Amino acid sequence: MPPKLRLQDITMTFRTRRGAEVLAVDHLSLDVADREFISIVGPSGCGKSTLLRVIAGLVQPASGEVSLDGRRVTGPGADRGMVFQSYTLFPWLTVQGNVEFGPRLKAMPAAERVRLASEYIELVGLKGFERSYPKELSGGMMQRVAIARALANDPEVLLMDEPFGALDAQTRVIMQELLVNLWQRTPKTILFVTHDIDEALFLGDRVYIMTARPGRIKQVLDVHLPRPRAFDITTDPIFVEQKRAVLNSIKEESLKAIGLIGEGTQNGG
Amino acid sequence: MSIIKEMPVAKVVRRRRLSADVLKPHEAIPRSYYTATVIISLVLLFGGWSILSYGGFVKPSYFLPTPTQVITAASRMVQSGELALNAQASISVVVIGWVLAAAAALPFGVLMGSFKLFEAFFEPIVDFMRYLPVSAMIPLLILYIGLDIKEKIAVIFLGTFFQLVLLVADVTSHVGKDLLDSAYTLGASRFRVLTIVLVPATLPGVMDALRITLGWAWTYLIVAELVAADNGLGIMIMESQRGLRTDKIFVGLITIGLLGFISDFIFKFLHRRLLPWSPRLRS
Repeated sequence: MPPKLRLQDITMTFRTRRGAEVLAVDHLSLDVADREFISIVGPSGCGKSTLLRVIAGLVQPASGEVSLDGRRVTGPGADRGMVFQSYTLFPWLTVQGNVEFGPRLKAMPAAERVRLASEYIELVGLKGFERSYPKELSGGMMQRVAIARALANDPEVLLMDEPFGALDAQTRVIMQELLVNLWQRTPKTILFVTHDIDEALFLGDRVYIMTARPGRIKQVLDVHLPRPRAFDITTDPIFVEQKRAVLNSIKEESLKAIGLIGEGTQNGG
Repeated sequence: MSIIKEMPVAKVVRRRRLSADVLKPHEAIPRSYYTATVIISLVLLFGGWSILSYGGFVKPSYFLPTPTQVITAASRMVQSGELALNAQASISVVVIGWVLAAAAALPFGVLMGSFKLFEAFFEPIVDFMRYLPVSAMIPLLILYIGLDIKEKIAVIFLGTFFQLVLLVADVTSHVGKDLLDSAYTLGASRFRVLTIVLVPATLPGVMDALRITLGWAWTYLIVAELVAADNGLGIMIMESQRGLRTDKIFVGLITIGLLGFISDFIFKFLHRRLLPWSPRLRS
């Protein structure tokens, strides 16, 4: 079966203010199967967010190509939904209006649109808040609306860029459980970028570990945890063991990222 | 599935030691304290004026009219229709000039704040023009336009247009990139992003820019009227000065202050009414 999403030889560069060219992502390739939940972890600045923006079509790679269902991605589109770390709800629209945004662009009939939005609002546990404006919501609630907004648009792939990164630890755990439940009910192809190893393992079928900049895939780990998952699985011996593996792998990269060990010494210790 | 209902963030009400906390930066104070302080401020202002004027501490005495004199002058000017005539002349100049400036500046500002090409093209011109004092342009305006109401409207227009363009451009350029990117990933085209995301996102900032520039428009009005005018608050003040009628000058000044205060109030009301979602509103 051909992959749902294919990244071939993606290279990304950006220019610093002084004009120097920096390699952010280096010849990265990966395939994602349909309805697979992929977590991507890596040290800060490794280009993992950039990678999602490339898939979304918000930025063009310097070389390489992204294809979805065999079609080459050339720009942003409704088939690749995205949830950002920052709060991106449209402040002038109510919760209902935000979730209806995508379907409205597709000119979906009003009655159908309203029903669809209500369904997703209920799914993320915000029934009763349809008429609230974003400024009346907490951070966790806003991110739930953002997830509902992305899902109501029925994308082929959902890109999540540290969506729970700005939330407090307790809210984050609740959100992770909510997302894993949503995914178990209606599986979607999801790419989830995070620097939280627990989060990556708890959510994903596979975890991709990226190197420090320039970003490459360092290691791929299949998560051997059964589904459905609930949060107590994070104390399971398998979870703990896999977490140790990821930790060791990523620590080396983080040390490189902050310059404590050099490129040449990475295998020396 | 654990569905957790959160309540919207509620304000924490707690008892605090007031004496210690009223001078803590950004700390909220009880409403009664706020109101009382407002009243004290007004009483001090009015009291100070009364003491200085009734007490005869200011020499010569016509420098500072007493509250009684100002009130008498005001009621006489209201009855004769002098105040209404002048106020109306000034208001129409300010409002027409400012509305024209706003109508022209909004699209300009949005384009400059959205597209780097527009910014590169217009910013040097706008930056240069806004530092030119409007008063310095009056001779040219008189030459081009003449001495009638159009010249005064042009002064208000020039005084507010360039400032407004820059304020709106600034507001527009600060709309979060992730907000626009979200719209793209939901399937919006560039045109749609501009019209249904960028423009609404600027509204609270634009509302504030309009409010601020309307205030500035009043300062240019007086400059415009000083040169040539038949009616208007500015010319009324000038003529009162020739007759040493400081009581009438005070009436003119207080009227302008009140008009500014009222327009500010109307703007705040409209902001609350039209943009209830605005993050700039305190709930």
